[in-house]
Amino acid sequence: MTAVMAPTRAEVCVVACAEAWRGDGEILASPIGLVPTIAARLARATFAPDLLLSDGEAMLVQGTWALGAPPPVIEGWIPYRAVFDLLYGGRRHVMMGPSQIDRYGNANISAIGDFARPTVQLLGVRGAPGNTVHHPTSYWVPRHSRRSFVAAVDMVSGVGYDRAAAAGPEVTRFHEVRRVVSNLGVFDFDTPDHRMRLISTHPGVSVEEVRAATAFEIDAPDEVPTTRLPTDAELRLIREVIDPRQARAREVPG
Amino acid sequence: MADKRMTEADVVAELRSGMTIGIGGWGSRRKPMSLVRAILRSDLRDLTIVGYGGPDVGLLLAAGKVRRLVYGFVSLDSIALEPHFRAARQAGAVDVTEYDEGMLQLALYAAACRLPFLPTRVGLGSDVMRINPDLRTVASPYGGEELLAVPALHLDAALVHLNRADMHGNAQFLGPDPYFDDLFCQAAAAAYVSCERIVPTPELTAAAPVQTLRIQRWMVRGVVEAPHGAHFTSCDPDYGRDEDFQREYAKAAAEPELWTAFQERYLAGDEPAYQAAVAARTTAVPA
Repeated sequence: MTAVMAPTRAEVCVVACAEAWRGDGEILASPIGLVPTIAARLARATFAPDLLLSDGEAMLVQGTWALGAPPPVIEGWIPYRAVFDLLYGGRRHVMMGPSQIDRYGNANISAIGDFARPTVQLLGVRGAPGNTVHHPTSYWVPRHSRRSFVAAVDMVSGVGYDRAAAAGPEVTRFHEVRRVVSNLGVFDFDTPDHRMRLISTHPGVSVEEVRAATAFEIDAPDEVPTTRLPTDAELRLIREVIDPRQARAREVPG
Repeated sequence: MADKRMTEADVVAELRSGMTIGIGGWGSRRKPMSLVRAILRSDLRDLTIVGYGGPDVGLLLAAGKVRRLVYGFVSLDSIALEPHFRAARQAGAVDVTEYDEGMLQLALYAAACRLPFLPTRVGLGSDVMRINPDLRTVASPYGGEELLAVPALHLDAALVHLNRADMHGNAQFLGPDPYFDDLFCQAAAAAYVSCERIVPTPELTAAAPVQTLRIQRWMVRGVVEAPHGAHFTSCDPDYGRDEDFQREYAKAAAEPELWTAFQERYLAGDEPAYQAAVAARTTAVPA
């Protein structure tokens, strides 16, 4: 057997994102963006075989397939209206890509600056308000910096823990921000008041580097573990099956 | 049975400045672009435009037709951000009601059901509540929860583009997703369907299962035959999105000088002139 080349940072990130769906069972995994898309396919191809995945349009599909290629087997029809119905019932875990996120997991995909006249208009809140109050949500941030990990987001699109608690039981009932993955590390909110916590740094990244790139104080244990490396089987799936053209390297260099 | 065939100009003649107009499709997918282009050529103004926005919204903003925008997002899909929408927002040039995508569906569904509101969790806890201060909550009469009451959003008119229709207004989607076109029609006082081809009614079910007949004639006031009417958005399976043209649009939309040239080349004439300019473009560009 030939030796497998060491994992890149992008590949570590793919596996860290895939881990967000571990244990989710038979629910719809909705990855938004490139690295989460590779990650969701990898998760289903390995440790989360019951996940449902869509083709990004309106079909539920089986199998493991390459970015940009047609999926092998259609197993269901899920137009947008069916996604809404499904998400209200909670059988979904989305991974979105916010431009800003704060220490309680409030996330902004709508607009930067004053909403009345933003300095940078983004997409709009899309489904983030509804997603975050109905089913687990995770986030992927490819460029971890003080501009993306901010003290306060300009427009709360995805609801974080402090805002959910302030809004009341109808919001906290199904609310869960599961995990945040950046190009530097992995974070969760498993602290007494649900502040963001560093749970691992990617190989070659120090805790100081994460702190310096974060505009809020971040909880971290005394000993922060290193993000787990992809297995050889995972690397083969990423490199040969899901992303043979290495689109991931454009999103996460190095 | 009524023959509801119309032209784009007939539809625009029934619209008025200040109306609330819902536009079907989703992002840069199956948008009634020939009807939008007809509005660009009209003297309509001060419109409230409702939809899951794409280049329809961008073009109407650029032409100064929009007073208020009600949307869950505005995107070109393969190009994430709509340049005209960005420019209008960043200039503070348009009033907006930004909703979650699901809230918009509920608002239209409430209107279609003639209900004053529908309750939901969607929006609670988010800044959608802050930027829309007229939103109200409602206590569950069964106890326990206080939910957002999404107000009904009544449309004066709805514009949608389908693959096939008959002259009576029965219309069919043949692509992967009906989007919310039927809901837009049902929430509207008058709905107008453009389509790739008007066919005799029996052909509708000869070619595809009856479940694709999402739009029924009772929802529809007018039917417009508009081949390539969704261009440059997608209209699968008749045609996909014209990605090359969309790139040209987005590039031009981000630069005022390029935009002037784009308008002169594609938008100065009527719909046949637009389609001819698009056809000339594809034949003129060497492979």
